[in-house]
Amino acid sequence: MNTAVHTLGVAALSRALSARQISSVEATQALLAGVQAHASLGAFLATDAEAALAQARVADACLAQGQAGPLTGVPIAHKDIFVTDHARTGLPSTAGSRMLAGYKSPFDATVVARLHAAGTVTLGKLNCDEFAMGSSNENSAFGVVKNPWDLLRVPGGSSGGSAAAVAARLVPAATGTDTGGSIRQPASFTGITGIKPTYGVCSRYGMVAFASSLDQAGPMARSAEDCALLLSAMSGFDERDATSAQRPPQDYHAAMLRPREGATATRPLHGLRVGLPKEFFPAALAADVNGAVRAALAELEKLGATLVDVSLPRTELSIPVYYIIAPAEASSNLSRFDGVKFGHRAAQYADLMDMYKKTRAEGFGPEVKRRIMIGAYVLSHGYYDAYYLQAQKLRRMIADDFQACFKHCDVIAGPVAPTVAWKLGEQGGDPLQAYLADIFTLPASLAGLPGMSVPAGFGEGGMPVGLQLIGNYFEEATLLHSAHALQQATDFHTRMPTGFMEPPSSLRSQPPEGAQAALGAARREA
Amino acid sequence: MALTPQDVSRIAHLARLELSSDEQAQMLGQLNGFFGIVEQMSAVDTRGVEPLYTPLSAVHAVELRLRDDVVSEAVDRSANQRSAPAVEDGLFLVPQVIE
Repeated sequence: MNTAVHTLGVAALSRALSARQISSVEATQALLAGVQAHASLGAFLATDAEAALAQARVADACLAQGQAGPLTGVPIAHKDIFVTDHARTGLPSTAGSRMLAGYKSPFDATVVARLHAAGTVTLGKLNCDEFAMGSSNENSAFGVVKNPWDLLRVPGGSSGGSAAAVAARLVPAATGTDTGGSIRQPASFTGITGIKPTYGVCSRYGMVAFASSLDQAGPMARSAEDCALLLSAMSGFDERDATSAQRPPQDYHAAMLRPREGATATRPLHGLRVGLPKEFFPAALAADVNGAVRAALAELEKLGATLVDVSLPRTELSIPVYYIIAPAEASSNLSRFDGVKFGHRAAQYADLMDMYKKTRAEGFGPEVKRRIMIGAYVLSHGYYDAYYLQAQKLRRMIADDFQACFKHCDVIAGPVAPTVAWKLGEQGGDPLQAYLADIFTLPASLAGLPGMSVPAGFGEGGMPVGLQLIGNYFEEATLLHSAHALQQATDFHTRMPTGFMEPPSSLRSQPPEGAQAALGAARREA
Repeated sequence: MALTPQDVSRIAHLARLELSSDEQAQMLGQLNGFFGIVEQMSAVDTRGVEPLYTPLSAVHAVELRLRDDVVSEAVDRSANQRSAPAVEDGLFLVPQVIE
C-alpha cells in the first residue's frame, strides 16, 4: 500500500498529480487498497475498482495533455444519498435503506455529475443514516460506522461514512448532505472540516429527498482550502432544482485566499466581528467542548478578530420546530416508496393497500417510520395549524433573530455539538436524546444559512471538538477565509487517528510468512 | 394532550405503514415523549408572523421559476424501469384493483 497518498489532502494531491509525481491510477489503487484494508470501519457501502480505474486513466490522459483542472484525477467518494449512474460507475444508490438495496440509478445527481466533469474519480459510496435521518450513523440498514478516533464511538451522522472515511485518511475528501447538522456534526465528531452552504447553493437534483426546504449538499475534507476547491466545482445554479439559487458560478478558493481589508500577515482576520450567542454556551455545555471552543475563539482574537456578545433567543425552540418541519416534509417525500416504481416490494400481500403497508413496514427502519408517523400526524386534518403552521411561523422568527445578530457581527461562532462523540449504542431506544443533541446545528438549518465545522481541539477521551462558524446568506467565502486563517495558525486539522496508515492489523496478525506474502501482494497492487 | 393507541393506528394507516402491536405500543410512548417537547412551541405568540416555507424568502422575495414549455428530457423507459419490482411490456405491475 502506497501510504504516502493517504497523507495528501485535495490541494496537495492536486499538486502532486500536476507535477506528475504520482498518477491518478496509482493514487486510486493505493486508496482502494486502504478502503479494502479498513472495511471493518463500515465507512464504505460499495466500491467498483474497475470503473474507478477507468476514470483515473481518463484523468491521467487529461493531465498528460495539460488539460487538467484543480480536481482532475483526485479520488473522492460520495455519500450514498446522492444517486450515481449505475451504467457509468457500477455503483448502487441505497440511501442507507433496505428500501433501496441494490437500486441502480439511471442518472447522476447534479453534484456527482459536476464533480465528475471536474475530473474527480469516484472511489465508491459512503454509509449514512437511512434517508439521512440520524446523528450517529446507527440508523443505516447496512451496519454502523465506527469513529476512527475510537472504534467504540459513533462518527456522528447522518454523513457518518463520509466523516469516518476522511478522518481515517481513506479518501482526501467526500460529499455530504446536511438537513439539520448532518455535515457539521460528524465533521466535529471526527476532527475534519465540513461546510453546509447556503440553502440553494448546491443542487438537490439526484439527492434522495429527506426534507426539501432544508436539504443541502456540501464538501467534507481535511481543511477549509480543500473544502473550497470542492465547493467551487459542486455548486452553482441548476435548472433541474426548483429552489436552486440563481447566481453566477463562484470561485470559493480564490475568494477564500483574498486578504481582508486592513489585514496583515499576523492579523489576517483584522476587522472580523465574531458573534457569540449566549444560548450557544449554556451551563449544560460539556466542559471539554467549552474549553476547546473558547481556546479557538481566543485564537481568532489573536488573528485580529473581535468577539461580540449576541443572542439567538429561540435556540431551544429550534428543536421542536425542526422536528415538526423535517418529518412533515419527509412523510411527503417518502410517500414515493410504494413498491411499484423502484425499490423493495413485500413478497406476500393481500391487495394493493396491503402491499403498500407491508412493503413500507419491511423497507423502512424504526427511525424513518417514527419520522413518517410524526410528519403524517402534524400534517393531518385538525393538527396542521397547531403544529406545522406554528412551526413555520417560528422558523421565520428564528431566521429574523439571525438577521438581528448580523447587524452586530460578520460570523457567528459556537460549538457544533454539546459533547464529543458518544459511545455506539449509548442512546439505544431513546430517539429524543439524539434530537436534543442537535440544538446548535438546527437554527442555521432552519434559517438556510451557511455553517461550518472547523477542528478546534480535543476533549474527553482524546476525541475531536469542532468549532461552528455560521455566516449570513451566501457568505461561504467569509467562513472559509476565517477557517483557513485558523488552520494556518493551528494544526488540529492535520492530526489524525492512529492505526490507519500502518499495514492493517489483519495482515500483521497473520503468521510471518503469510503476512509477508499478503503485504507483498498489497504493495504490488499499490 | 397525549396521543391514544387509536391515534397511532389512524396515523399508521394514513402513512401506509403496517405496525405490529409491539411497534404500536413503542411508537405511542415515543411520540408522546416527542410531543412533550413540542408543547413549548404552542406557548409562543406568532400572531401576524408570516410562515417561512423556503429559507431564502427570509431576506428577499422568492419567485418560482417557469421554464420554456419545450421537451428537455429524453425518457429511457427500460433504464427507468430496471429497478422496478414488477414490469411487463413497459408497464408497472400492481395487484388487481378492479374486480
